Amino acid sequence: MKLLPVFAALVYAFLHVPLLILCAFSFNSSKFTIWEGFSLEWYRAMFSDAQLAEATWNSLVIALVSTFFATIIGTLCAYGLWKRNSKWLSGSLYLSLVTPEIVTGISLLALFQWIFRYWQIQLGMHTVILAHIAFAIAYVLLVVMARLRTAEPALEDAALDLGATEWQAFRLVTLPILKPGIAAAALLAFTVSFDDYVITSLVAGVDSETLPMVLYAMARRGANPVVSAISTVIFVGFGVLILLSERMQKNP
Amino acid sequence: MNRLRAIFLAPAAGFTVLLFLIPLSIIIGYSFLTRGVYGGVTGPWTFENYQRLFDPLYGVILWRSLVMSTAATALCLLIAFPLALFIARADERRKNIYLYLVILPFWTSFLVRTYAWMFLLRDSGLINSILLSLKIIHEPLPLLYNETAVVVGLVYGYLPFAVLPLFSNLERLDKNLLEAAADLGAKPFQSLRHIVLPLCAPGLRAAGVLVFIPCLGAYLTPDLLGGGKSIMIGNLIQNQFTTARDWPFGAAISLALMALVMILLTALLRRDGEEAL
Repeated sequence: MKLLPVFAALVYAFLHVPLLILCAFSFNSSKFTIWEGFSLEWYRAMFSDAQLAEATWNSLVIALVSTFFATIIGTLCAYGLWKRNSKWLSGSLYLSLVTPEIVTGISLLALFQWIFRYWQIQLGMHTVILAHIAFAIAYVLLVVMARLRTAEPALEDAALDLGATEWQAFRLVTLPILKPGIAAAALLAFTVSFDDYVITSLVAGVDSETLPMVLYAMARRGANPVVSAISTVIFVGFGVLILLSERMQKNP
Repeated sequence: MNRLRAIFLAPAAGFTVLLFLIPLSIIIGYSFLTRGVYGGVTGPWTFENYQRLFDPLYGVILWRSLVMSTAATALCLLIAFPLALFIARADERRKNIYLYLVILPFWTSFLVRTYAWMFLLRDSGLINSILLSLKIIHEPLPLLYNETAVVVGLVYGYLPFAVLPLFSNLERLDKNLLEAAADLGAKPFQSLRHIVLPLCAPGLRAAGVLVFIPCLGAYLTPDLLGGGKSIMIGNLIQNQFTTARDWPFGAAISLALMALVMILLTALLRRDGEEAL
């Protein structure tokens, strides 16, 4: 069984080395995959790209707005389902979680196209945000539900016996217990929204190009060190975000 | 209570009905319609879209998706099982770090993770550059844009889905059983074969389904790593809704995919119950 640690080390290398290499080469002065020297050229190119800046802005707006709504809606839903399960609702939400993204994307596209035949609206930021809220609710539900399973229903009963209203019992007893779960859920919602390409590319309009859409187009066009630079920023950005959230959950 | 609960559930129910169930119903409807002359859908109602799924032209793509997803799932399980065993046996303090290291890449953008493999595998990519400069090869190896590249990408993308259920299964395993086996003279391999593996069957099934489902519906991985010759169901669907403009057929493929996903999940839940996931 001495082989096990060696094997584990190899798997960890498989998981992390590709990303580390990508990060390292974003600092390469050559356009090619031969190390020629340290340079911040690609980062400069990244920051001076107007299209990239706009797409990043769009992605941030979409992710923040949809995280805000999805977190509230998902948390309330989790609480409601915890009180008493509703089979069709929890079933549909879990089904949406395992539905392949491409199917979610084309069905939303079909819906929007169908609505737009009757109303003169077009695809844009609003359709992307709606789609993101819709698919992020299930992720929030999953995380908050896991936290609720460890909560004690008797606490709320005690509050009710002592004269609290149902709203007060929720607001003052259960909600505080849920806080770490809600924070984790919001982080997950933000990540899935910020990262989504498949659904977004189908329901986005001309004014709502997101960062993943630009990244995808660049990656398809071929080797481009700017993509490595953006990847590094995303990698580090999410790393910091997760570390911060871990810290916050440990010492609230 | 009922009133507050109803208010709390209403927004989620609204979003689910309007942006998940109705769109899905539209797709179900479209799958029985005929393609319009300029794209779009028209009458009459027909089963033809479903019959076309068995057309060899598309059947080969569906078959390839199944084969590639199966290969990726098998590889994931083979890699994840020893890793989960390793993590489950580590001491408490390290366990969390080891688990964290499995999930960490998962928090990075999926696109970035896929691009990392393009960076390694393409003709002018790192692996070819190194091999060329060491004069081991004289022409770049065609590593990218084939089925192997897609399977590697799928394994890379969904490995954590296999590690986590296997870990929680192995974690619950009664260590006394292993000690008893050892006392009775079982070699490590024998106790693995006769005790650990049978008791891990639920974890293996859950891990298998959790990896197989996203692999089957994969879009980005085959699109970026596979090139035109290794497309999978997801790409076929996207193609019908964009370039080919055959929405009814795209809808039928989507529903066939959904049906497969649901059959797998139901089978798993029937067998192992809800705590399986």
